[in-house]
Amino acid sequence: MVAARADSFALAPADLQALRFTLLQASLSAAVSSLLAIPVARALFRRRFPLRGALISLLAAPFVLPVVVAVMGLLTVFGRGGPINTGLAWFGLPEVSIFGLHGIVLANVFFNLPLATRMLLHGWQAIPAERFRLAQSLGLPPSAQFRHLEAPMLRARLPGIFAVILLICLASFAIALMLGGGPKASTLELAIYQSLRFEFDLGRAALLAAVQFALCAAITLAAARLTLPQGFGAGLSRHLQISAPNGWRRALDIIAVIVAAVFLFAPLLAVVIKGLPGLTTLPNGLWPAALRSVSVAIVSAVLATSAALILANGAAHSKSRMIELAAMLPLAASSLVLGTGLFLLVRPFIAPENLALAITILVNATLTLPYLFRLLLPEARQLQADYGRLTESLGLPRRTILRFVTLPRLARPLGYGAGLAAALSMGDLGVIALFAGDGGATLPLFVQHLIGAYRLQQAAAAALILVALSFVLFWAFDRLGSHYADA
Amino acid sequence: MLTLENLVLTQDEFRLTADWKVQAGERVALIGPSGAGKSTLLMALAGFFAPAAGSILWQGADLAEVAPGDRPLTILFQDQNLFPHLTLAQNLGLGLSPTLRLTQAQTTQIETALLRVGLAGMQARKPGQLSGGQQGRAALARALLRARPVLLLDEPFAALGPALKAEMLELLDEVATATGAAVLMVTHDPNDAKHFADKTVLVADGVAQAPVATAELFADPPPALHDYLG
Repeated sequence: MVAARADSFALAPADLQALRFTLLQASLSAAVSSLLAIPVARALFRRRFPLRGALISLLAAPFVLPVVVAVMGLLTVFGRGGPINTGLAWFGLPEVSIFGLHGIVLANVFFNLPLATRMLLHGWQAIPAERFRLAQSLGLPPSAQFRHLEAPMLRARLPGIFAVILLICLASFAIALMLGGGPKASTLELAIYQSLRFEFDLGRAALLAAVQFALCAAITLAAARLTLPQGFGAGLSRHLQISAPNGWRRALDIIAVIVAAVFLFAPLLAVVIKGLPGLTTLPNGLWPAALRSVSVAIVSAVLATSAALILANGAAHSKSRMIELAAMLPLAASSLVLGTGLFLLVRPFIAPENLALAITILVNATLTLPYLFRLLLPEARQLQADYGRLTESLGLPRRTILRFVTLPRLARPLGYGAGLAAALSMGDLGVIALFAGDGGATLPLFVQHLIGAYRLQQAAAAALILVALSFVLFWAFDRLGSHYADA
Repeated sequence: MLTLENLVLTQDEFRLTADWKVQAGERVALIGPSGAGKSTLLMALAGFFAPAAGSILWQGADLAEVAPGDRPLTILFQDQNLFPHLTLAQNLGLGLSPTLRLTQAQTTQIETALLRVGLAGMQARKPGQLSGGQQGRAALARALLRARPVLLLDEPFAALGPALKAEMLELLDEVATATGAAVLMVTHDPNDAKHFADKTVLVADGVAQAPVATAELFADPPPALHDYLG
């Protein structure tokens, strides 16, 4: 649909510049996020400290945080008059601007460092505790443990993590909208938005969307080659106490955790401080919007998780890579591209606002599918490697395998994945903006309308409720998964 | 009767042939050097490794198209015989009812089986809370419940101490007698063969020889076995 509307195939110099900038900001953001996640995830894996569990749960917060709200928080902390610049001025140093490339990278890292950390932490936890016990009983120093146990895990997981973040950053429309701008810091998505909203140049928008899609598709294809099966063998899921090294490694771990925590929570705190006073005067229409958002989030999370589980299981059983490609395909499309396409598709037949929620559910489920799939695939492969023969030799029917083997063994990543999907869907502001009519808004759109009307206090308060609801949804699903895994 | 008819197993450079029969209720040990293909042969019988040629027959019927779970056999792997997240009752229950919807009678059967292998009252335990020997017992209890006519064992007791292993072989003997199963057991230990198996298959130099009486085989070992025994 998008391709059909592209009349001309020549890119203007401004569009080429946008393409270059898109690639630059995305690869910088992905590299910084994945590399910084290594020390943080390792510290969280091997150290036990008060509030560790809470910190790990909260690591999902920035990713769960609706972009509008998060950028507001970052602006408060890093923007003009924020504590960082006030501190710099205090030392007589020049002011740092949050706008432009480094602002976009900062925001992307803010969103994706926690994601990378959680994904790596799952990787660390997937190394059976027995291996660490064996390594320590052999007296392997931390460096040798790293080489033999952790490095192979990192080699297996990092490329996939990098690719996922790269794709997220390629399509980080809202961040670029708020922190980019101008010919030097414009991304492809921003250019699509501008040509649709302000120039009504459907042909150019379609061409740019096609370029965006091709770019993401190429990276998706490359990424599909990146997950390698891991041969750590099975552990008996014993609860083992693993001792962690002391000395400078301990200091490094402490620093990693503290820096990450401050970087991630200062902006959240800023939003809370701004929004709390407004909670006493909540605007009309907030609760119906919240109800719509929660319903959309739950349905699309269940939809996406079921689909991802089916696909991951299928991919784990078959040698063909077709399923993997199919599951990763939605990564190539962004909310904006899909939304524009669907909008053009349904408009001739039915008023788009009548389908707003159904299409939002569908698009959100489709867009979160690749993340869930990537999360589940290594675990599904491991499960197949460990227990595939046993289930086969016992002749267990599919339903039994699903209920007694797959669901309990994968409960943790499934719960986490469903929580992620629900929260993403909750905070999404892409498709709904194109489709919603009056009185059909979801909560993020409602917040955006408030901001547009300069009712900032109310906007912040509504944002706070949006954040709280997203987080409760995520927490509930994640908790459900952990509960079943421990049972 | 289990028949291996002109069976050929190949994998890269590896090649193994076998052409012999095992009668109902027979106890057969498979012995030979590492890498000779003992485990591969067992995997082929269990349906996890497709033969390059020849066939595996049970009572004259070809098993080639039969799924692992539908074959008339139970296999005990070297490890991972139990699901770590399920209780013993559930792990054993999977041998009785693939849907784990257990009747009162089946629950009683499970309790009896656990009692017989010396794990009385441990229904609610999970494998991680058991010792290696107890895990082996639990796996044997499930084999008892499944009561298939052939029992394949891929060195499941290799990690146990001599006394414990002797105990497990005794238990295995009981289970096999109770179910009337023919037993094919891969082992590294000549004593296992001598104590447990009437017949022994020597797997060496690309051939799984037809089973011969264990006592005779060890009384006058062929060169390959001589080399292996050292």
